Formats: sequence, structure tokens, C-alpha cells
Amino acid sequence: MNEPSVSTSTGTGSGTGPSTGNLGLDPGRQAAAVARQPNDAPGHDKAPAASGRAKLEIRDLCFYYGKYKALHNIDLDIQDRKVTAFIGPSGCGKSTLLRTLNRIYELYPGQHATGRIQFGARNLLDRADDVNLMRSKIGMVFQKPTPFPMSVQDNISFGVRLYEQLSRADMEERVHWALQKAALWNEVKDKLRQEGTALSGGQQQRLCIARAVAVKPEILLLDEPASALDPLSTQKIEELISELKTDYTIAVVTHNMQQAARVSDYTAFMYLGRVVEFGDTKKLFTHPAEKQTEAYITGRFG
Amino acid sequence: MAFPTLNLYTRRKAANLAGLTFSILATLFGLFWLTWLLWTLFHNGLQWIGPRLFRESTPPPGANGGLANAIVGSLILTVAGVAMGTPAGVLAGTYLAEYGRGSRLAAIVRFVNDILLSAPSIIIGVFVYALIVLRAGHFSGWAGAVALALIILPVVVRTTENMMRLVPDALREAAAALGAPSWKTTVKVVYRSALPGIMTGVLLGTARISGETAPLLFTALNNQFWSTDMTRPFPNLPAVIFQFAMSPYEDWQHLAWAGALLITVTILLINIVARLILRRTRT
Repeated sequence: MNEPSVSTSTGTGSGTGPSTGNLGLDPGRQAAAVARQPNDAPGHDKAPAASGRAKLEIRDLCFYYGKYKALHNIDLDIQDRKVTAFIGPSGCGKSTLLRTLNRIYELYPGQHATGRIQFGARNLLDRADDVNLMRSKIGMVFQKPTPFPMSVQDNISFGVRLYEQLSRADMEERVHWALQKAALWNEVKDKLRQEGTALSGGQQQRLCIARAVAVKPEILLLDEPASALDPLSTQKIEELISELKTDYTIAVVTHNMQQAARVSDYTAFMYLGRVVEFGDTKKLFTHPAEKQTEAYITGRFG
Repeated sequence: MAFPTLNLYTRRKAANLAGLTFSILATLFGLFWLTWLLWTLFHNGLQWIGPRLFRESTPPPGANGGLANAIVGSLILTVAGVAMGTPAGVLAGTYLAEYGRGSRLAAIVRFVNDILLSAPSIIIGVFVYALIVLRAGHFSGWAGAVALALIILPVVVRTTENMMRLVPDALREAAAALGAPSWKTTVKVVYRSALPGIMTGVLLGTARISGETAPLLFTALNNQFWSTDMTRPFPNLPAVIFQFAMSPYEDWQHLAWAGALLITVTILLINIVARLILRRTRT
């Protein structure tokens, strides 16, 4: 794992970003303009996308809790089979952004999003599309482990059964496969029929990852997946993220900047519902283009 | 120098002691009546409980007999009432907890349900009397079962909603995130979590209706003979107890004591089972 060289960027040598003195500008546009900056392609309409292929293209995304606007015109690409991290202080909208990517917010009345999230040929936000089918392709793991009140095995087969009819043997194989993917098999192979809720917190969280992986999604959304876990479990989850990215596109929200630096390829720094800076993780942590980013990653606010 | 803090501490200790004493006394006061009630029931009823009680039907005064018709009748009425009231109650509770959140209709349903919950059971009896007995022209077991169903219904609605609300939204989100449609989330995940609580609620509701008397007097009435015909007046324990206890005949009074003990012990057992279910799932 690359250690982030955060401490070296505390100097003043990183002031390469655009001037932030033009406060008369509409802040939303400013943030969007800033977010596009690292692309260095004038007139290029695409959001910052380093090399590679975009799995999700987020364009002009706004999000509302009732009348309160929580996300302001987000433009961002999530690269295929890379880890994209969202960091920022509490309430900056990073979890909200993640929750738009599978429309999980729709469970609650009064929450809605506008804009576009291009996923293959479709706009994710298009309400005409089957949201459940879409969610089976975009898995999600939450901050607190959420094992279902059933056996370890049933926890995993629950999601698989929704869209696939497998024979008993095939299902067992899938359970085995998913548990191995989540680096949990060795710990629970003798406990498959025990309640999932009886596992330790770290094991429960890996069970949730296994459950998400078992339905073979294309994208995994991780909402602070390790923040409720002890350091050892956290380390296991982080290793897991690095392994899973060979097969899956991963978006991870984290409070922990070191974690973002360790596991992600790209990082978006968010503040007050806007993407302040987005780009290559190493660059963002060593040479942030924005003063706010620098202030945040060096611990001067947030 | 005085030590005001010490003074305060002593005063708090005294207040604590006084509070504790009053609490214990109040508890003992409640327990005293309960114990007295149970002791009276056992003292007067236990001696009349024997095989005949369960084998023979209610006798005319002066003859030997038991409570078999009333016991079986009460069982049938209770089971029929629970069978009618529980599904409707669980579904309504599910609507309130899962689909009607924040909706006006749900708020109204919840309010009306609370009224039903606290409605005196005799009102339910009169209502079913007007609704079914008057129209049919005679008392019937079905009318009694409907009255009992109306009494257990609000209990089940309330417990179902409460228990389903205790299931964290995180579980619903997790199921939805796997692509589960909401009905599947409700049935496979939320019900599963809430089941012990819902079952406890149903059991406590069962205990409640198994001793109800007033609504049955207006609906099932009573039947001195063995009967399983729900379209006719139906035998049941509470009505028998009411009738026999008020009678001047000593052997009838003995049967009333035995019946009262039987109902009380049954309710006690149901309550204990309900607590056991809840406790087992909490650990």
C-alpha cells in the first residue's frame, strides 16, 4: 500500500489551482468549473476523467431533501474497475452522492435527484427503468453491518434468488465463491447455517460485502464500510477493496483520509454539496489544486 | 465550616431511600391483590377440577356435570376470533409501518385504531349484536367470533406496526440495494425480524379475548349443551361463569369457580409463553 505523503504537501508549493478570488461567481458553477480543472482540456465537456473508461458518468446532478438542495450540479466520472473515493467533512454530501448512484434514496418520500447518471446506454435516474434490476447490478454496503436475520448462507442466497434460479449445488458454490471473494470463507465455513447476526462486527461487514458480490454486480458502492470497525477489521476491508477492484468498479465514501489515500485511484473532495476537487488520488493528496482541499487534507478544517 | 456538598449528598441519599421504599411498597400493594386473587381462585376452584370437568357438559342444577361444552366452545370462539382478526391486523400494521409512513390516511387509520383499542368491549358486543344478531334473528357462534376478532384486531395492528418499526431502516436499505422489490423486503426481511414481537402481540391479544365476557353475552350468548354449530348460540366459559356464579345452586357455583381458575391459568400460561418467545429472541 502506498502511504499517503500528506505531510509533505502542507507547504505552500501546491498553489497551482485557479484563483479563488472571484467570489462574485455563482458558487455552483465555480465548483463545477474547478472540478473540471484537472482534465486540462479546454472546451472538453467531459468531467474529469483520467485515463480509462467511465463506468458511470455523472452530469449536472442535483439532489434535494424536500426543498433543501444537498448536491449542486455534480459532474464526475467513475472509472471502470478503479476505486473512486469521496472525502469531505460531515454533511458535505458524499454519502448523499453515493446514495443517488443506486437510487436508494427513493425509499424515502421527499428525496429526489435531477440531472443524469449515465450507466451504459441508460440514464440511471430515468424513472421508467426498473430500479430493482438496476440495483442488482450496483451493489451497496453500508456504514453499519446489516446482516439479515437469517443464516449466513441465506444471507448470501437472498439476493441471488431474486434474479437467478440456481440448483442447490450451484447455490452452494455461489455462496462459497462469494464468501471467498469477501475473504470470509475460512472463518465461517463451519457456521454457514448459523445466524448471520451472531458473527463479529468485522465478519458481519464482510458478510455484507459477500452478499453484495454474490449477485455479481458491476459496481460496488461502499458507504463508510469500515468506520464502525476495529483497526484489524478495517485493514481486512481495505485489502478486500484493493482485491475487488480487479473485477468491480468501486465507489467508496470515507471519513478517513488515510483510508482514501490507501485504497483509491481517484478521489473527490466534497464540501457543502459540491465537488471541490476531483482527480488522481496521489496528486490530490500531494499537490491539491484547491486551497480548500489542502486545508482539509492537512487537517486545518473539517 | 459546613460541608454543603456533604449535606446535599445526605439529602439525596435520604430521598433515594424514600423513593425506593415507596416503590417497593407500591409493588407489594399490587402483588398483594394479585396473589389474593390467585389464592382465592385456587382455594375455591382447584378442588372441583377433575376429569369430569373436561368430559361432561354443563348440567342442570342438582345434577353432575362438567364444562366440556363451554371449554371447547371457548377454544373454538377464541381460535376463530384470532383467525379472523390476526391476518387483517398484521396487514393493517404492515401498511402503517411500511407503506403509509407520513401519509394522512395512515395517520387516520392509526388514530381510529387507537380508539378501537380503548373501546369498551361491551360496545363491541352491542355493535356486533346490531350488525349480525339482529339481522340474523338469533345469537350465533359466528357473531361471537366476530366480536372477539374486533377486540383482538387493534391489538394486533398496534403491535405489528410497533414491532416492524423497530426493524432498522438499514435492513430495508440493504435488501433494496440487492434489488429486492419492497414486498419481498417486507416479507423476507422485515417480517422475519419482527416475527417474535408480532407473535407475542397475537398471544397477548389471545389471552385478552379468551376471558372476554361482555361481547359474548350479546353475540354468542351461551348454550347449555354440547354444540359446534357456529350458526347457533354457542357455549363459552365466560358466559357460563357469569350464569353459574350468579345462580343460587351450589354445584353450579363450584363449576363457576373451576371455570374461572381454568381461564386464569390459561391466560397466565399464554402470557408466560409470550414472554419466553420475546426473551429467547432478545438474547
